[in-house]
Amino acid sequence: MSTKGYIEIDHELCKGCEICIHFCPKHAISQSSKVNAAGYSPASFSKNEECTGCAICALVCPEVAIEVYRG
Amino acid sequence: MEKIYTRPKSLKKAVFHYCPGCGHSIVHRLICEVIDEMNLQERVIGIPPPGCSVFAYHYFDVDMAESAHGRGAAVATGIKRAYPEAIVFTYQGDGDLAAIGTAETIHAANRGERITAIFINNAVYGMTGGQMAPTTLLEQKTTTTPYGRDIKLEGYPIKISEMLALTKGAVYIERTAANSPANIRKTKKAIRKAFQTQIDDLGFSLVEILSPCPTNWRMTPIEAWQWIEKVMTKEYPLGVIKDTTGKQDAD
Amino acid sequence: MAKVLMTGNAAIGEAAIRAGCQCYFGYPITPQNELTEYMATHLSRRKGCSFIQAESEIAAINMVYGASLSGARTMTSSSSPGISLKQEGISYLAACELPAVIVNMSRGGPGLGSISAAQSDYFQATRGGGHGDYRTIVLAPSSVQELADFTHHAFELADKYLIPVIILGDGMLGQMMEPVEFKYEAPEELPIRSRALRGAKGRPSRIIKTFTSKPAELEEINWSLFRRYQQIKKQETTCDAFMTEDARLIVVAFGIAARIAKGAIKTARANGLKVGMLRPVTLWPFPSEKVQELAKSVKQYLVFEMNMGQMVEDVQLALGGNGEVSFYGRPGGVIPTPSEVYKVISRLYYQKGLK
Repeated sequence: MSTKGYIEIDHELCKGCEICIHFCPKHAISQSSKVNAAGYSPASFSKNEECTGCAICALVCPEVAIEVYRG
Repeated sequence: MEKIYTRPKSLKKAVFHYCPGCGHSIVHRLICEVIDEMNLQERVIGIPPPGCSVFAYHYFDVDMAESAHGRGAAVATGIKRAYPEAIVFTYQGDGDLAAIGTAETIHAANRGERITAIFINNAVYGMTGGQMAPTTLLEQKTTTTPYGRDIKLEGYPIKISEMLALTKGAVYIERTAANSPANIRKTKKAIRKAFQTQIDDLGFSLVEILSPCPTNWRMTPIEAWQWIEKVMTKEYPLGVIKDTTGKQDAD
Repeated sequence: MAKVLMTGNAAIGEAAIRAGCQCYFGYPITPQNELTEYMATHLSRRKGCSFIQAESEIAAINMVYGASLSGARTMTSSSSPGISLKQEGISYLAACELPAVIVNMSRGGPGLGSISAAQSDYFQATRGGGHGDYRTIVLAPSSVQELADFTHHAFELADKYLIPVIILGDGMLGQMMEPVEFKYEAPEELPIRSRALRGAKGRPSRIIKTFTSKPAELEEINWSLFRRYQQIKKQETTCDAFMTEDARLIVVAFGIAARIAKGAIKTARANGLKVGMLRPVTLWPFPSEKVQELAKSVKQYLVFEMNMGQMVEDVQLALGGNGEVSFYGRPGGVIPTPSEVYKVISRLYYQKGLK
């Protein structure tokens, strides 16, 4: 994987607000089709090779559901 | 690869009860990040309001106490006067701080109480189901202004931060928003500066944060975040409203 | 130490300082302003102490709540209309088990009322006053010395039982000047209460609250509060019996009314009437057991209060039908004289055929 960064989204914490999807500059996040235990369709990290580890998604995530790795 | 972003230490690992896209969760996290970075966890005492954030004590891993509606500034005053070593912050909604709590807020600011008020302005009373707040915009529909806020009947949205700036005791007041990456970063900086103002024993500090309430605005989270930019900031412009922390008061 | 001549209001202030009161928050209202002013002069410059003339009685009680949260000995004072404003705050203090001392120098009511002494806040003080099920200890001094002693005692009771304590005085007690002896010196240092909020240093963070979305939790809080109130009833109920041993008629009165009644009873005794007085000192807990004990031999009671009849209900409850209760009240801030009260006593004594 030659990506600069990647993120881990806790699907059970996510409430499907889609804010991270809206703000990700690389459009690397999308809404998954599954439903979590709370009944939300969580966001899912979709385009791994685009991520730069900018952490905007984690910055805007209200649920603190995203951890960001960069290197 | 290095983990560069994770939950702040003083934010308890609990599922937020707030709605999807709510500003409370963002601001709670920012306050905890500031508490961690400034190493204040052992000194902070927080006073949440009645309201959606009445359960703030489930999330902040610091000493916290309930306050009656609107009385946060008076409670914080009592704590700080009794134990000045504490770093005391109130976390208040628009009704709490600018309707029922107007007197307590103005006078705590006027006395220059060394406390910090985090003022969450979402232009509505959230917890009770979406009634008009003193900061509700003109023509905004709420459950108690079903035809839209009317100047003749309900007056204008109140600019409490600008009013507080008139008191000499208030030394740092800034309005930010929790609706975009840039604004969230500025909000964190403002919170940090507000706490520093208290640590430096300079006077009363307040950060007003325009905060999304998708549920009561009847919008999706993204629409709500955008409404702040498109509509709310026209009435409540962002920026520093007062900053006299850099100089001594001539009087 | 030597006795000094002081007004009641000032004596409360001096006693509070000697009890280790650290924070006073008040607001001007007649007839207790001398107390607020005394604290402004004598407390505000003491090391580690704080005086604020708050923006309202509401702000003041909430500052008391805050100071108590941090472990300080703290008090506020007001008079009847201002005490009405404090009810929400008192409910919160009681709910969160926070010690505090609240002084009410009562005046005539209802409404803006009068600035003259009255006793019409008995229900407000003893029935909770604010919303919810709770009680506060209520002490009823009837002299300047008692104002001083009870103020000191109030802080100790508040800390011991983690409960707000109300001192129910009145405008006359506050204004009158009597010799008073202060039996205590201010403590060097007071221990920090174990549940105080002072920052989570070396311990887990602490939450003080009562709101819950689970009714069963709140139910248990209520039961636990009332178990403590039971303890207080057993250990702290206090009253004063004056010439009751051979009495045929017992006057029941508290505070300034008891002072007036004492004068009337002395006249009655001089005229051969066997009259005594029961003076409740704790209005809550009310000395019901003492009433029941007296009722074994005395069946006639005259409740005398400066109101429309409030404590009389507690006397009737305590007797449970085992005695006859008459009532003499003067509301609105009217202060009856001992001779007026003596006329009422002697008339009643004759009417009831007492020998």
